[in-house]
Order: sequence, then C-alpha cells, then structure tokens
Amino acid sequence: MQTRLESPVEEPLVGQADVSVTGIERRFVARRRRPPVLALDGVSIDVAAGEVLAIVGPSGCGKSTLLELIAGLQAPDAGAIAVGGAVGADERLRACAYMPQRDGLLPWRDALGNAALALECAGGFTRARAREAAAPLFERFGLDGFESATPAELSGGMRQRVAFVRTLLAGRPVLLLDEPFGALDSLTRGQMQEWLAGALASEPRTVVLVTHDVDEALLLADRVAIMSPRPGRVVSELRVDLPRPRPRRRTVTTPEFASLKEQALEALGQ
Amino acid sequence: MRAARWIAPVVMFVAAILAWQGVASTDWFDDLTLASPAEVADSLWSDRSLLFDSLGTTVIEVLVGLGISVALGALTAIAMHLWRPLHEAAYPLLVGSQAIPVVIVAPLFIIAFDYGLWPKVAIVALVCFFPVTVNLMDGLRSVAPEQLKLMRSLGASRVQTLWKVELPSALPSLFSGLKIAATVSVIGAVFGEMAGAESGLGYLVLLDNHQLETPRAYAGVVLLAALAVGLFLLTTVAERVATPWTREGDTTA
Repeated sequence: MQTRLESPVEEPLVGQADVSVTGIERRFVARRRRPPVLALDGVSIDVAAGEVLAIVGPSGCGKSTLLELIAGLQAPDAGAIAVGGAVGADERLRACAYMPQRDGLLPWRDALGNAALALECAGGFTRARAREAAAPLFERFGLDGFESATPAELSGGMRQRVAFVRTLLAGRPVLLLDEPFGALDSLTRGQMQEWLAGALASEPRTVVLVTHDVDEALLLADRVAIMSPRPGRVVSELRVDLPRPRPRRRTVTTPEFASLKEQALEALGQ
Repeated sequence: MRAARWIAPVVMFVAAILAWQGVASTDWFDDLTLASPAEVADSLWSDRSLLFDSLGTTVIEVLVGLGISVALGALTAIAMHLWRPLHEAAYPLLVGSQAIPVVIVAPLFIIAFDYGLWPKVAIVALVCFFPVTVNLMDGLRSVAPEQLKLMRSLGASRVQTLWKVELPSALPSLFSGLKIAATVSVIGAVFGEMAGAESGLGYLVLLDNHQLETPRAYAGVVLLAALAVGLFLLTTVAERVATPWTREGDTTA
C-alpha cells in the first residue's frame, strides 16, 4: 500500500517482540465484604512478533483488562505474561504502547502537541523538538493541515488518528489497541479500519486489538481469539488467511469471509 | 445578541437603585438611618480622598492575603496530592481551618500581630486558603483514570504527569476556588479591620456608623461590594484566558 517514506523519528524502534500470556487469572473486589468477581479465568494467548491478533468478546468479558495486564498497567492474580521475553511489569510497560478506549487527547493541546506527548514522555524530547519530530507522521497518516486543530475541532475519526500516531510515536514494538473505533459511527469505522490496515502495513508492529466487532477483527487481524462472557476465557481461535490488502467492500462479500464470520459468531454463541 | 444579555441585569439594577431612592425620599426613615443613593453618590464624590485612601488600604490587605493563600494553597494541595500520608494527616486540619469562626479570631490576630497590615493579611489568607486548596486538590484528583494509565504507559514520570496532565486538568477547579476566595477575601479584610485598625474601608464604615455619617458608611459599603465584584470579574477573565478549552463544548475526553 503506502511505501515507507524516509523514517520520521530517527528510525522508530520497530521491534520484533512476541507476546505470551499463560494461564492468567484476574479477580476484582466489586463490593466490600463480597467475594471477589473472577474476571479472567485461565486465559492463554500467544502473539508472534509482527502478528496482528484481535480479541473479540462480549462486553464485560475482561478483554480490556487483559490488554491492561499485558501492558503492565495491572497485575494478574495468577499466571505469567511475557512481552519480548520481558516478564516484569515495568519492562512490559516499556515494551508496549497502549491506546485507550477513549482517545485520551488532552483538550488544551492541539493535535500535533497531543501526538508529540509520546515523545516528550517516552523519549525525553523537549516540547518543540517533539513537535518537530512528530510532524512528518502527520503527513504520512492523513493529518496534514490539522496540526494546530484542537481535539474539540476534530471529528471522531481524526481524533483516533491522532491518538494512533501518538501510540506509534511511543516507539514500542507492541501496540495494544483497546476498541479503537468503538465510539465511531459505522461508516467512519469502516474508513478507519482501512486506514489502520494501511498504517500497519507501512509501520508493522506486533498488535493486540480488542474489539466487539467481528468484521473489524476479520478485516484487520491475522488471527482472532474469541472470549466467553465473564469469567473470560478464550473459547476459540481462528486463523484469518484472507489475502492482504483487504479492501472492505471486496473482502466482506467473499465466501471465505462469510465462513470465518460464521465460525466467529458461532463461537460467540450468536 | 450579546448586548441583549446585558439589558435585563442593567434594567434590574437601575430599578433597584430607583426603588431605594424612592424609599429613602419618603419620610419613613430619617436621614441618619437611611442614606439615599443620591446622598451616597454625593459622599462618594465629596469624601473621595478619604474613601479611596481607605479603599487602597483594604485592596492591599486583600491582594497580599489572596496572593499568600494562593501560593500556600497550591503548594499544600500539590503536596497532599502527591503524598497520600500527608493527605490523610493534614485533611482534618485543613477542614478545621475553615471551621474557625473568623469574627472571633480576628481580635486575637490583632493581639498577636499588633495593628497594621499583617493581622488583616493573615485573616484574608486564612479565609481564602480553604477554597483554593480544596478545589485545587479535587481538580488534581479528577483526572480520568484512563488518562493516567496512558501517561504511565508512555513512561511519564510523576512530575511529567503532574505538569502535563493533572495541573492543566485542575485549572478549572482552581478557578472555581479562586472565585470563592476573591469574594470572601473582602469579607475577611473587613473583619480584620473591624477588630482593630487605623485605616481601611471596614474601619471607616465602623467609624462612620458610630459618628452617624450614614451616607459615607453606605459609600464605603458600595466600594467594598464593588471591590469584591471586581475581583470576581478579574478572576473570570483570567479563567477565560487560561482555560480556553472549557468553552469549546467538549470537556476532557
């Protein structure tokens, strides 16, 4: 798709890191003096370096929790997680770039400033230097001209693009995307899925993508893990062997897509 | 359209003044009891040098006191926010500082600090400290958990998170506190002056009361109210300049 232009940030570390999750359990104390609720019950997942894994499951199945566990933002009650061989939470934090469900853009910063935040924090850049280094990515990902727009001035899709560029700029080998397009209308979501596929083709990373949208999972992922309602377990895994690129209109109408979708929906109990 | 918003309050204000003038012009009250707006206006002009000298004293007390309370309040709020044990240890004391009846304490401050500027400054700072500190602290804590997770995942240090996310998020709350502080600061200064002073508007009003200089007492009250309203408006303007994003319809997302 897009050819790689000259690298924007001194060769972002496009690492080759795999993710391995083994027998994870996670409990939450929902109410005081009540037994804790089991959110994740023995989840095991492996993601090869450079692979895109989608995790699909009903609301409340613990898929966002799983993402935060991989990112090192939460600690599991049992089981082990390794990202590129690193098992400690702090090391995992440094190996993963996390994109929260809502875009998390700061309303007092303009679009470029929001993306540059990643370089200020993760890279120790000064504000001005970070903006300078982030600017080329704006051109590459269809955001040129919107550098000084405030988040309130941007559409939902544009906000997600800025949030994704910020995630890329963190310069981590693993991207953890938590329902990135969940808040968008379905037309915009379709456009953004193709945009993300293009972005990942030009900036390959190991990706764990959480979604509740089966089409989104099949369009973007190499493999789909399907989770059960709480307590969350992986009930099925599907390999998505559809050729890339996968333009939405021509892909969703193929029999292969339909068959994969049927298997996924069946695993979801739909 | 913008002008229309001003018409109703101005009409209301003028009506209130006219009603006051009307009541004062009857013979229900004698002149020593109730001054009319015309008499107050006359006093504002003819006693201007005394009134504005006194206003100057009060303005200094209020501004120095406010400045101290904002500086101390911001430091306290940030320290309590960053260090949980301090929050738990100091919170009762903080609430206690607001529970102190200033009217009673003012004379004690005068005894402790003598007449002059500093006891009034101390009282202003005392009454303003609580709204500044509590509002800033609430603002610092109100950041969405997701935002904090994002900063952690970006590898931000505690200071970076405070500086780049928590403090800007807390600005609207801080300004809410400042608006309260701006109005109560004038009341604090007046309490201080009434407990013992040699100048200032609170002192002048008290004196005029005793000497039956009713129009000048009213003029003093008008200036005190104008001072409080002026400080409030200044804070509002500063808020608009400092937090433009709060008016864009979309709050923190």
